[in-house]
Amino acid sequence: MRTLILQTASKYLLPLLLLFSIFILLRGHYLPGGGFVGGLIASIAFILHAFANGLPQTRNLMRIHPGFLMPVGLGLSFLSGLFPMFLNRPFMTGIWFAEKVAVIGSIGTALFFDIGVYLVVIGASLTIIFTISESN
Amino acid sequence: MLIALLFPFLAAALLALPVREKRDLIVRLSALVPLGLLSFFIYNSQQTPTMQRNAWLRDMPVSLDLYFDGLSFLFILLITGIGTAIFVYAGAYMKGHAYSQRLMAFLMLFMGAMLGVVLSDNLIALFVFWELTSISSFFLIGFNNENEASRKSALTALAVTGSGGLVMLIGFIGLGEVAGTYSIQEIIAQRDAVVNHTAYGWITGLILFGAITKSAQFPFHFWLPGAMKAPTPVSAYLHSATMVKAGIYLIARLTPALGDTPFWNQTLLVLGGVTMLYAAFQSLFHKDMKSILAYSTVSALGILVFLLGIGTSASILAASVFILVHGLYKATLFLVTGIVDHETGSRDVSQLSGLRKVMLPVAIAGLLAAISNAGIPPSFGFIGKDLIYEATELKGHLLTALAVLTNIFLLVAGFLAGWKPFAGPLQPEHQKVHLPEMAMWLPPLLLASLGILFGLFPQLIEKTIVAPVFQSISGTAFTGHLALWHGFNFVLLLSSITIVGGLVLYFIIKPSTALNSFIVKSEKFGPKVILTGIANGFDLFARLYTKFFQNGYLRYYIIFIMLTLIGLLGFEMWHYTTLETNNRLATEVTFYEGVTIFILLVSVVIIVFSQSRLASVAALGVMGLAICIVFVFYSAPDLAMTQFTIDTLTVILFVLVLYKLPKFIPLRFTPHHIRDAVIALGFGALISILTLEVLTKNVNREISEFYAANSYVLAKGKNVVNVILVDFRGADTIVEIAVLSIAAIGVFSLLKLRLPKKERIE
Amino acid sequence: MEVLLAIVIGTLYAAGIFMILRRSLVRLIIGLILLGNGANLLIFLLGRIAKGKPPLIPEDANFMTAAYADPIPQALILTAIVISFGLQAFAIVLVKRAYRVVKTDDIDQMNATDDV
Repeated sequence: MRTLILQTASKYLLPLLLLFSIFILLRGHYLPGGGFVGGLIASIAFILHAFANGLPQTRNLMRIHPGFLMPVGLGLSFLSGLFPMFLNRPFMTGIWFAEKVAVIGSIGTALFFDIGVYLVVIGASLTIIFTISESN
Repeated sequence: MLIALLFPFLAAALLALPVREKRDLIVRLSALVPLGLLSFFIYNSQQTPTMQRNAWLRDMPVSLDLYFDGLSFLFILLITGIGTAIFVYAGAYMKGHAYSQRLMAFLMLFMGAMLGVVLSDNLIALFVFWELTSISSFFLIGFNNENEASRKSALTALAVTGSGGLVMLIGFIGLGEVAGTYSIQEIIAQRDAVVNHTAYGWITGLILFGAITKSAQFPFHFWLPGAMKAPTPVSAYLHSATMVKAGIYLIARLTPALGDTPFWNQTLLVLGGVTMLYAAFQSLFHKDMKSILAYSTVSALGILVFLLGIGTSASILAASVFILVHGLYKATLFLVTGIVDHETGSRDVSQLSGLRKVMLPVAIAGLLAAISNAGIPPSFGFIGKDLIYEATELKGHLLTALAVLTNIFLLVAGFLAGWKPFAGPLQPEHQKVHLPEMAMWLPPLLLASLGILFGLFPQLIEKTIVAPVFQSISGTAFTGHLALWHGFNFVLLLSSITIVGGLVLYFIIKPSTALNSFIVKSEKFGPKVILTGIANGFDLFARLYTKFFQNGYLRYYIIFIMLTLIGLLGFEMWHYTTLETNNRLATEVTFYEGVTIFILLVSVVIIVFSQSRLASVAALGVMGLAICIVFVFYSAPDLAMTQFTIDTLTVILFVLVLYKLPKFIPLRFTPHHIRDAVIALGFGALISILTLEVLTKNVNREISEFYAANSYVLAKGKNVVNVILVDFRGADTIVEIAVLSIAAIGVFSLLKLRLPKKERIE
Repeated sequence: MEVLLAIVIGTLYAAGIFMILRRSLVRLIIGLILLGNGANLLIFLLGRIAKGKPPLIPEDANFMTAAYADPIPQALILTAIVISFGLQAFAIVLVKRAYRVVKTDDIDQMNATDDV
């Protein structure tokens, strides 16, 4: 599948798709989207890049093994659930900043939770796909 | 008292610790434990009856309440008193044995369990200790575990006594529920309510089942002769004084609560009567000393059950005395047998003779025990036998005749085991046999002497032991006197007949292989064979069942599950499905929707029937997209997005591995396929009907409405689905992403990790 | 439309079960996927379907006023879809690995695990 067109296109598609995935992630609290879908879109972006340029290239680009995203994401989600407990609230109580931000709306623990989900989904799906294609 | 009860368990644990040196010393010192317990309980026996309350499980009617009265005291005397003798003896018997510590640890455990049985006031605690005796005796009987017969006997004993115990537990629970309490003393206090309850028969039957299996009553007696594979100290302890008497204890203990009804008395009378005569008769035909003793023990247990079944105060008195009589002489005989076996290597009474010339103290012990067993005055056995005849005499001639006949046989058995090996000329091959160390011959001699001592001075035990036991079982005070001499009366005549008849029979019977093989043949039709047959039948059934259902073919497992599900669901739906339609089903179908559904169905057909893997996978992708569109139509944008991306990833996944995967096995239409298709279509149809049925019913939207109303107010989010995922049910989501991570790690490790070469199976 | 969807669900279940009854491992996995999709649709349908009413709170409101599609089945299915992807991937890799080890994908010949 290493056609020139796809290679060229993927160069621009990767950042675009990643940006789009982050957009989907952030708007998830108000409109369709969220961590799951965002994460899946991001991993598709990387897989597309890998198809066009070969896996080693994508690996280089990512620098770290995608598997590391899983513990990071799990930890982030867990901590954002744990955070309210430091303020003497029950586990998973939502806590927000007062000011609103464009697109994202209120920034709160739920957002960090969703970012954690996003990272885990990217990590898991890329680990699966990369491992399988490397073993061929 | 609780500490005293728990002490043997602690000692057992300590004994099990491995030591390198001084093992024999440790094993010998362990005899101090039963001795200490014996002194403790004798010292405390002044204050009987006492109840000590100990909580165990707070929210359940299970406690470790201990009740110490005359009956418990008698059994504790047997357990710790004879126990001391056995421990001393075993220390010498097992000298130098590699696993002597293990044996002593199990003996100790067993002793603790027995103490628990006779001290517990709570039915459930009693059951726990009861099963503990079964388990520890399993290890004791199977002590020579490299011997197959030994293992088999241990299993038989465990199967019989263990299952009896379980049946008994059901009875206990019934009794506890009927009486509203699990405390035996409280149950006794409300005897009338229990005895008049409709479930009385069941409860009593179940509990008696446990008791008769433990006490080896016909037809469950066969485990006891088999259990003779154990080392002799074990047989002496378990099968003369303790374990088999647990059933007797239970019957005696519950007599005030459940006894004195026609059902109780007749059951015990018949069981005990059959057992005592049958086993006594059997004992005549054996030439192995231990087998003779085993059958005579079964017979003695039969006598006890029989006496408790008569249920008069005379018979209860007889039982109280006979328990002690039997414990003393039977333990002696077992120990004597053990010495003979240990020193000559043989237990065959047809071969052994004249051993008195080389081991006089042992011969004296054997003779004294045989005398006590025979009921020859002035032994304690004479008093016991007198009391038995006094009890039966009041109940008519049939029972008396039974008792006399049994006692004649038992007398012969006692002399066969206790005297025959020592009488006559010494065999040349036994010239070099010598007396074992004192620790072995002193315990039987002491026990045998006690049997004579109590006969000469019955007042020693009349007030201290017999009277309290009588009080415990019958509930009334003991007024009579124990004495050797009652004047010339009918009972004396019976005793004389027994002694003369028995001695004559002893000189007639010559144990031989021919006699032995006769009884072995007759056993082919015995209850053991029937019960083993039943057990084997179960085994066969289990094997066939497993072979049929657990056959290792995935598809049969699925078929069984599906057929069961179809059966159950279909049955239920046949009764309750109305198949009505209403407006809840009436969302109209637009053109685009119709096309989408059509594409979906076609792609499913392609997936199933395509011979090409690629086509199947492509169709799978199409199907996913069609479902995605369904989500779009019906207001689920989040689902549509997720389905779309996952669908993409799935296809990529399949394409990546497809060429590494095997080609399809060509699909031909065989009867198997038709069968599978019928099952699959049937299940699919059921699901469809079920779905439609559910759709006509109302739906509870309370929770959805809560989320809809509060998702912005409480969680500042407007996409309710997302708010549920990241906020309301966030904890679930954490677990879900954890699962996803685990799957990814699983994939990674399956493909990337390599086992070290030696563990590889490729 | 409900009737049509019910038939689709039944078909997916039937196809899924037919496929997992086959001897080929690949068909087994495809059968699992079909069953998973059938279950998703079943949950979706049982939550009642509605057109054009996504469970989104309008921008000018603080809670939902008009009728809306049930968000709970959607949340359930969303995670189910993602997790079933993980499951499929794992199953596929397992098949691949098993195929390499025992050199067959015939389930009937895989039950003698002791011999491998």
